[in-house]
Formats: sequence, C-alpha cells, structure tokens
Amino acid sequence: MLNVEIDGKQVEVEHGSTIIDAADQLGIAIPRFCYHKKLSVAANCRMCLVQVEKFNKPLPACATPVADGMKIFTRSKAAVEAQQSVMEFLLINHPLDCPICDQGGECDLQDIAVAYGAPASRYTEEKRVVLNKNIGPLVSTDMTRCIQCTRCVRFLKEIGGMMELGLINRGEHAEITAYVDKSVDSELSGNIIDLCPVGALTSKPFRYTARSWELIRRPSIAPHDGLGSHIEVHIKDGKVLRVLPREKETINECWLSDRDRFAYEGLNSPDRLKVPMVKHNGVWHETDWKTALELAAGQIKDIVNSESGDALGVLVSPNSTMEEAHLATRFAHGLGSDNVDYRLRHTDFRHDGKRLGVIWMGCNIPDVQEMDRILVIGSNLRNEHPLLAQRIRRAVANGAELSVVNPLDDDPLIPIRHKAICSPNDMVNVLSQILKAVSGLERLSLCLPKSLSELLEGVRVWDNSRDIALSLTGHGETVDLISPRSAVFLGNISQYHPRYTEIFSLAEAIASLSGATFGVLSAGANSVGANLVGAMPKAGGLNARAMLESPRKAYVLVNVEPELDCHNPTLARQAIKQAECVVALTAYKSEALEDADILLPITPFTETSGTFMSMEGRVQSFTAVTKPLGEARPGWKVLRVLGNLVGLSKFDFDSSEEIKNEIFGGEKPSAVVWRTLNNNLRELIDVEIKVRLDSDLQRVGEIPQFQSDAIVRRSPPLQKTRQVVKAVLAALHPEQMRKLGIKEGERILVRQGDGSAILDAYADIRVPLGCVRIPGALPSTAGLGDLLGEITIERIPATQPLDEAIA
Amino acid sequence: MSAAQTLVCLRTVGQENPASLETYLKLGGYAQLKRLVTEKVKATDIISQVKLSGLRGRGGAGFPTGLKWSFMPRYFDGTKYLVCNTDEGEPGTFKDRDIIRYNPHQLIEGMAIAAYTLGARVGYNYIHGEIWQDYEIFEAALEEARAAGYLGENLFGTGFSFDLYAVHGYGAYICGEETALIESIEGKKGQPRFKPPFPASYGVFGKPTNVNNTESYTSIPWIMEHGGQAFQELGVANSGGTKIFSVSGHVDKPGNYEVNMGIPFAELMALAGGVWKGRQLKAVIPGGPSTAVLPASAILGATMDYDGLSKAGSSLGAGSMIVMDETTCMVKTLKRLSYFFFEESCGQCTPCREGTGWLYRVIKRIVDGQGRLEDLDLLTDVSSNISGRTICALGDAAATPVLSFIKHFRPEFEYYIRHDRSMVEDGLAGRIQAQQEVAYA
Repeated sequence: MLNVEIDGKQVEVEHGSTIIDAADQLGIAIPRFCYHKKLSVAANCRMCLVQVEKFNKPLPACATPVADGMKIFTRSKAAVEAQQSVMEFLLINHPLDCPICDQGGECDLQDIAVAYGAPASRYTEEKRVVLNKNIGPLVSTDMTRCIQCTRCVRFLKEIGGMMELGLINRGEHAEITAYVDKSVDSELSGNIIDLCPVGALTSKPFRYTARSWELIRRPSIAPHDGLGSHIEVHIKDGKVLRVLPREKETINECWLSDRDRFAYEGLNSPDRLKVPMVKHNGVWHETDWKTALELAAGQIKDIVNSESGDALGVLVSPNSTMEEAHLATRFAHGLGSDNVDYRLRHTDFRHDGKRLGVIWMGCNIPDVQEMDRILVIGSNLRNEHPLLAQRIRRAVANGAELSVVNPLDDDPLIPIRHKAICSPNDMVNVLSQILKAVSGLERLSLCLPKSLSELLEGVRVWDNSRDIALSLTGHGETVDLISPRSAVFLGNISQYHPRYTEIFSLAEAIASLSGATFGVLSAGANSVGANLVGAMPKAGGLNARAMLESPRKAYVLVNVEPELDCHNPTLARQAIKQAECVVALTAYKSEALEDADILLPITPFTETSGTFMSMEGRVQSFTAVTKPLGEARPGWKVLRVLGNLVGLSKFDFDSSEEIKNEIFGGEKPSAVVWRTLNNNLRELIDVEIKVRLDSDLQRVGEIPQFQSDAIVRRSPPLQKTRQVVKAVLAALHPEQMRKLGIKEGERILVRQGDGSAILDAYADIRVPLGCVRIPGALPSTAGLGDLLGEITIERIPATQPLDEAIA
Repeated sequence: MSAAQTLVCLRTVGQENPASLETYLKLGGYAQLKRLVTEKVKATDIISQVKLSGLRGRGGAGFPTGLKWSFMPRYFDGTKYLVCNTDEGEPGTFKDRDIIRYNPHQLIEGMAIAAYTLGARVGYNYIHGEIWQDYEIFEAALEEARAAGYLGENLFGTGFSFDLYAVHGYGAYICGEETALIESIEGKKGQPRFKPPFPASYGVFGKPTNVNNTESYTSIPWIMEHGGQAFQELGVANSGGTKIFSVSGHVDKPGNYEVNMGIPFAELMALAGGVWKGRQLKAVIPGGPSTAVLPASAILGATMDYDGLSKAGSSLGAGSMIVMDETTCMVKTLKRLSYFFFEESCGQCTPCREGTGWLYRVIKRIVDGQGRLEDLDLLTDVSSNISGRTICALGDAAATPVLSFIKHFRPEFEYYIRHDRSMVEDGLAGRIQAQQEVAYA
C-alpha cells in the first residue's frame, strides 16, 4: 500500500493506483472527460491535470501512477490554471447550443464548464463544424459537439469487441467516424450514449422528447434476458421515455444491452391492449373487466367440469414474474390440471423428474470473468446475453481460453481458442467425443459408469474435440495452470435442441470430469424463477410441447404470443385454433392472439410490482414505475380474481409481496434459493450417438435478439437495426447453395413438417454444410415448425405464382 | 567542403559512390562492429564509452545517449527492439536525409553495434515519407549489408543476430515523436503515447525498445573506433563530438555542415557563406522551428552547442539553423510556422488540437489586417496554456515560436496591427523606391 496526500488529506491506496483513483477514494472531485473507470486510460482530454510536488509541469491524474509519499494538489493555483486553460480550449470549438442539445442538464461539459469555464469566450475566430454521421437507428450524432475524448472508440473496441468507431484525420480535422457507409451494429451500442460526456452521441429514440430534469427516475429490473440487469426507468407524464442502466457492479456493471435499453419503446406501442376484449361470433368486442373475467372463469370451469382438469393447459412466459408464474401454476393445479409450463421453446423434456433441483447458470455473473477456461455449447452469446458475452470477452482478454460447440460459426467478437462448428444433429456426437477425450486425459475412463464407457467406446475423437478437452482441463498448448478455473455453459440453442437432455447430460459429465462449473444460460428474465415456483408438470402432466401436440380444450396464456413464443409456431397455431376457450393475459393485441377467445389486458413490468429470479439465482423484486395503461391490470391481480371466480381457496392475495411470501414459505429468498439451485441429475440419461445423415437438411433456428419477447418485438428503433433487417433471410453455406442450385437473393420455399415459408436465400459461410439458418419468433417464419429440425428446400421459379408454389 | 568541418557522420561525403558498401569498407567501415562482436566486448564497456563520449540525442531533445542505453532492461524474456528515428519533419531539418543518402552503412553499423550492446534482435529505421529516393538508397544499403553478412542471423559466426528493416512513413510530422513513431511502425495511426511507460520498457509491440536519432546512431562507429574520450574532445563540455547543422534561409551556401560542437556562430555562418546579398542578419532560429528564435544581437556572440545556445536564450534542437535577413517579416514568418504546427498537430489531446488552430487563426487575422493589439497578449497566453500540458512535446514546439517571436519582435507585430501592413515591407518599399530614384537620376 502507498500513502499519498491529496489536498492535505492522507489516503492509503493500492500499488498501481493512479492519482484519480486515490482522489476518487477520498471523494475529491477531479474534473475529467476522457477517463472512465471501465476503459483504458487515454489521457487525451487533459482536464484532470493536477499539481504534483517536485514536478514543474501539471500531470494528468488519470494516467499518473501514485508513488509513496506523493503530495498532490488538485485545487492549487497551478492546478486550477491548467484545468481552466483546458476548459477554455475545449469550449472554443464547442457549439453553444445547449438550449437545443439533448445532453443539456446531464452534460459533463456543461457541468464542468460551470465550475471551470470563463463567463465569456476569448475566442473570436470561426468555429469548427463537423458533419454528422448516420450510425444507425439507436444513436444520434451531433459531431460538431464532439470533444474527441474517444470514450466511444475505446468502449466499442474494448467492451464491444469491435472497433466500430475511430478517430480519423489529424489535428482540428480529427473526427470520430464509423467505417465508410457502416453503422454501429454492436449489441451494446447504446452505452456510448451514456459514455459521451457531451451531446455528440445521444439517444435517437429519446431525442427531443424531454429535458432530463423533467423526468422522474425509478429503479427497475430489465425483463429481457436472464441477467437481471438493473435499470432506471425515466418517466414523464406517466409515460416511459427512456431506460438507462443503474450501476450494479456484480450484474450489469454500468452497462446495458441495446435490448434492455431500447425495448421500452415497445411499452408505448399502439398495439397495447387497453380494455378486456371478447370474441363473439368471430368478432372482437371491447368489454369491461367484470364481464370478461366472469366469462373467462365460467368457460374454463365449464370445460374442466365437463371433461377433467386435464382439458386445461396453462402456458406462462419465462419473462413473466415469479408471482404471475406461481399464481398461474396454482390456478392450473386448483382446477385439477398438471398441464402448466414456462419452457415454451423447449422440445426435449426427458429429464423432467430426474433433476435434483432448479437449473441455473452454476456460478455468479462476476465469476465468469475470473474463469480460465470456458466452453460454451449451443449459444449465440451476443444475441442471447450481450453483457455476459462482454464478461467472457474480458476474461479472454485477461488470458482465458474460450471454446465453443455450436451449429453456427457466428463471431462472438471474442478470440476463440478451439471450436467445433457442426450441424445440430452432430452436437451430441461432438460432446461425446469431448467427454471421451476429457475422461481419457484424466485417466478416469475406468471410473465411468459402465453404460457410459460402453457408449464412448465406439466414439472416434476428432482433433478439435480433443483440443477443446485439452483446453478445458488445462492440458492444452498453454499449460500454465495447475488447475484452471473452468466453466461449461449451455446456451439457448442447446436448450431448444431436440436432444437437449443428452446435451445436458454429456455437458454435465464433461464439467464433472474436468472440474468445471456447469451451468445453463437460461433465456427468460425469470426462467429460473419459474422453475423454482414449479411452473411445469409434476406428476405426468403435459409439458409445453405436449400441450400443443395433444391439443387441449382450454388454454390460459400468460404473456404468450403462441406463434412467436412457442417452439413450433404451426403446432401452436393449430392448438389454439381448435381450442374451445383460450384466455390470453396479454399486454398486447396481436395477430398471434387472433384465435384466442378472451383477451385480458395485463401490464408489462413497468406497470406492475413483481419479482424476477435471474439465471444466477438472484431474486430481485421491483415495483411499478408508472400507472397501468388504460384498463390494464397487473397479471397477478388478474390471475387472483380468476382464481377467486373459479372458486379456488387461499387465493386472496392483496399484494405481490404476499404471493412472494407464499413462494418462499416466509423464508428469506436467498435461503430457499441456495437450497434449491442444483444442476445435477438424479439418474443417468440414456444417450444415443446418432451418426449424421448427410442427406438431411437441418434448420438451425435461433431467436434473433430483437425478437425475443413481445415488448422487444414492438420497439420500432430496435426493429430498424441492421441485425433485424438481416434476420428474416434463410442463410446457407455457399457450397450448400451451389449444391442445391440456389443463387444469392433467390426466393426459396422452405418446408418443415406441415408448414412452409418463402424466404430469400443468402450465402453465409458461418452456417455449416447441411444446415440452413432460419430464425424463429418472426411472422415470416411462423409458418414453419421447430427451431431445430429437418427441412426441405425448393427453388421458386421467378415465373411461378407464389400461391401455386406453396400449394 | 570547407576544412573547418569534421566529418564523422558524413564521413563518406566527397567520396565516389559515397553510399556504397565498398566505399564505406574502404574507410574502415564495419570493422568496429566486427571487433566488438567477435571479441565479445561487454555491453557495459560499450555503454561506458558512449557515456564518456558525451553524445547527446541529436533528434532535438539532447538526452545523453549512453544514459538512455543503460535504461534498456538487461534481462528480458522476449524480443527487444531498436528503432532509428529518421522522421525529421520540421521545416529546415534535413541532416538525417544526407546521412542515409551519403553514409547509410555507418548508420547500419551504428545500429548493429547498439543492437549488440542492448540485446535487440530486430531493428527498424523509420524514414519520413517525403524522401522516397533516399529511402530507396537506404533499402539498397540494407540489401548490401545483409548480403555481406553485417545483418541477419549469426553474424561473424558468433551467434549474434540482428535484422534491420526500413519503414517509411507518409509525411506526418508527429511520427517523429518517438512513441507516435512506434505506433506507426505497429501499423496504427501515428499518435504519441502517454509516458510513462517509456519505450525502454514498453516500446514496439509492447516490448523494450531503444529509440535514437539517425545522427546519434551514426556517431557510434566513430566513438567505438577512437574512443569516447576522443569524441568528447571534438566538442566542448556537456556537448561532445560533432554536430551536423542544416543551415537554410538567407545564406549564400545553404546546406549541411558537420562541425565540432561549440563552434562559434560566426564561424558556422562563414562556412555557409554568410548572409546573402550583402544584407544584414536579422534573426536566427538555431535548432529548428520548435526552438526559440534569436535576434541577431543575441546569437552573434553565441557558440553552437547545448549550453551556448541555452545561454543565448534558445536551444540546439536538431541543429536546423534558419537564417533570416533584414527583409524578413517576422509576422508573416510566424504565420507560416504556426500553420505548420496547426496542420501537423495529431489532434489527440485538447490543448494542442484546439490551441494550434487558435494561434494560427489569430496570427492569420493579424496578417490579413484584422489584428487587435490585445491579440498579442492573447497569443502569449494561449501559447503558455498549451505549453507543458500536452501528451507529447509538440505542444511546447508549437508554443515556442509564438512566444519567442512576440518576445523579441513585439514592435514589428504592433506595427503590423496598427498599420495593417508589414513594418519590414514598408521600410523595404521606401528603400527600393530610393534605389530606383538613384538609378533614374
């Protein structure tokens, strides 16, 4: 530890600290623009110049390491003079357009200018003008305001993984720009808005809608992925106008993914359902709550009474709160139905009843950054969990090795040490190879259960599988660790895989043998929470897939748009269509709910209290940040009344806290959580290693990041991004296209099961041979089946009418 | 060349095919490298000779070369690098050009000796982009040296290996700043790094790197041949050896003159043929535009060495002496110099990026007849605010001419502002008119 004195105050700091660290520790404010605690030090703005004893020149506090006994003066004449002169330089070319600048009121330059700037400028020459850049639908630019601090450049390079912005040209001509004709497509791009200390980069959707001081700021939790990022919702006149990150070092640090930041625009969508609606003779009618609820309860009760509880199926979104999932589950159970599930996009449920606990990510979020070896199986990391991908990126930057097994060779913008890119069919095979290599390395093959030894006997280990195993166990080419901290994670593609159970078992075995942490990166904001409340069949009831395959007479949908949120849109549509009664608790009117019978408007997360449990098992409750829109009501209240109306007992909750108390049995949530989380299986699962059939054409369907839930799908700025524009195409390897005689941009007819879709084909070398990448959760692919499965492709001659081609 | 010159770095000048290996070998070239390497002379002994020689960085900063060499980490697990800075880009600097044009092999030998001493495996000579022909001469010399076994693997069978490459820039003055130069070698935009860490610990590709000027390296073989003491004795106290002065401006014989350190200004002027056209000396920028201008009165009695010029109120810089006669308008000269620094600022840090443009615009406004008397104080103030507050020395370089021009020639600036005309040109016009009147009479 080093002792230094700043402005007469003593402080003890760690070796390698800079003056600014020490000052921050003491709470001494040193003005700064380019310095940011999460980014590399640039020392280019010179605003943090301070006086240091024995130095004749002022030194930048951000870049000067402290030495023991150093005496620093941040407010001495020399220091202040230096700071004021830098302030003057920064302002000479900065436009005086604060009154029309969105940054006004929350601008570092404005704030610091008040303290260090002169009342009038001595600069009477012409001011610099810099042309604006169009960097996409999320970030607005006013480049004349830029002070070249390069925070945005460093963020995109160091945190985002790709240097999408750069400082070109020299001297006064220096300007921040993207690549020629390119937008900034990072899934974390919105953070450069927060980082920009001036109004050069501002939020495009929020632009000119409000001044920062008019906004009411309320804390909440992001509902779009399993991370549980802390957010601050900004409201004016009861309307959500923007979302900013709330700093939480152990979850989202000071960042936010674009999905969490810009999805709020979907909350104000014209699609919002404001009053209950019932369908009568095929025509929708608005009605009042009493009528709608009584009708819903009556119809469900009638069906259950005339058939049995089994006639009812309840589907809950993994983005619904724990309270909603709990009440929906109790509602089903109360009516004698065990058909309840939140795993809407899963297709393989064979380990139901064989798990020892609630499936989770196996470690805490910051642990990811501390790993030495990471194996990710079946995940488009940047899509699924942008901020987790960023943690892995930093782990790798610090020397960790990342290996992937994936059916898509998407660039995570992280250097990958070893990869096995294979068709979904091959994933089980590849994992068996890795398991065999791991067990061989550890000389543990004899200890393996006989069934597993026999299973692995015939497996031939490919080189890259062996490399992955070697890397994971620390026996690879970089043998510098005795026992590496390692982790094996399953992503969404694994979870939606038709052989998820085998993938899970093999991955668990690989992790156990290599001493790695094993975890599942669940998709929804509350997947783990829904698992904990038991929102899935317990005693032989139907799971999400079975409920569609053996259609029910009645469905209750909580926050579900069946065609877009379920694993198989065609099946979902058919099941909903044939049902006698479909009650949908939803925040939106939707084409996907056209076949429902009763729509009950429930509120999104901003208008209800509730609890999400993140993938690391963190239980986070939040309150409503604004009033419900129209007649919409919190989901838990609607479920409660439905429960009352069908005559369920002990259904009299007056607050979401009461429901939460019931979930945790009055205990401290964390106590329950740590007792419950467990990724181990009760018994071994039969694994079958099927050899790939080359004739098959496989669909690799992922959920594009801006299609993941109903709110995101309705956010216009997110829907305008390049990722979305590209997402509605069918991608094939160029070699595959040649084989099938398909040309780039050609229209193709894709058939999957009974369904079909017409899509534009494009070449993408990231798709393995034998596969076609066709995303799900899109209206254009809602005619197809499972995300992963066999498909056929036909060319559509340009002359043939589309109707004819489909028929 | 006049007898008063002492040719150390320009040893081959005057020979036939001066840049060829043959010529250099004839003058005893590469003998020192061979001797040091084959006799396995200890690095500490070499460094102590360099220290003894009093050689100071010839690029302008004048940092003692021997001391700099001793900063290189002795034991380092990995490649160490050697970099030569031939990126002289300031107006009036052209000495390094002549070294690689006429005596490239001595530079190569000097670098190889440095590499042997410092344990560097790879070297780069960064040559500025405007002297393409000279760059090609140097490349040819490298080829010759490689073919003759003075560069490459296992030199003289001793196990010592050194690869040297030429890298050319594209004409950015800032790339002459050693850390910007390193960035440029790495293929990045030439922008200075914040120091510390210094190149000796974090240089090319993050590895320990020694950066010296062309003239510094080129002096090394001579020092090894004659000993550090002999080199020191060529010069004066604190300024050992010879120095190439690039004399330009209003002299009869502009050019490079390699002379002993401490030569009186008058003798150097005599070598360069004195002020041209029989005119009076008005001012001299002794070390290049980043050093302070001196009025004739201040420099006439000065000696040309580090201490001598410091005493006179300026500095030796890179020895780029710009001579100005009585017809020079200091306001317009300063405008040109300020434009240079404005145009060459890298734009990375605030004071220089914003300040150089401000300075240039104000001076331009004065020249355009829109000046205000308070502009002079403003210029002084802005210059002082840039000085010492930037990442690299370019900020100070840009401030120095403004401060020194206004300090020494304030009346000329005031005259220009009051009359919207140049004082010198006014006087000149009067004299030309008088001359014409005489002619017609």
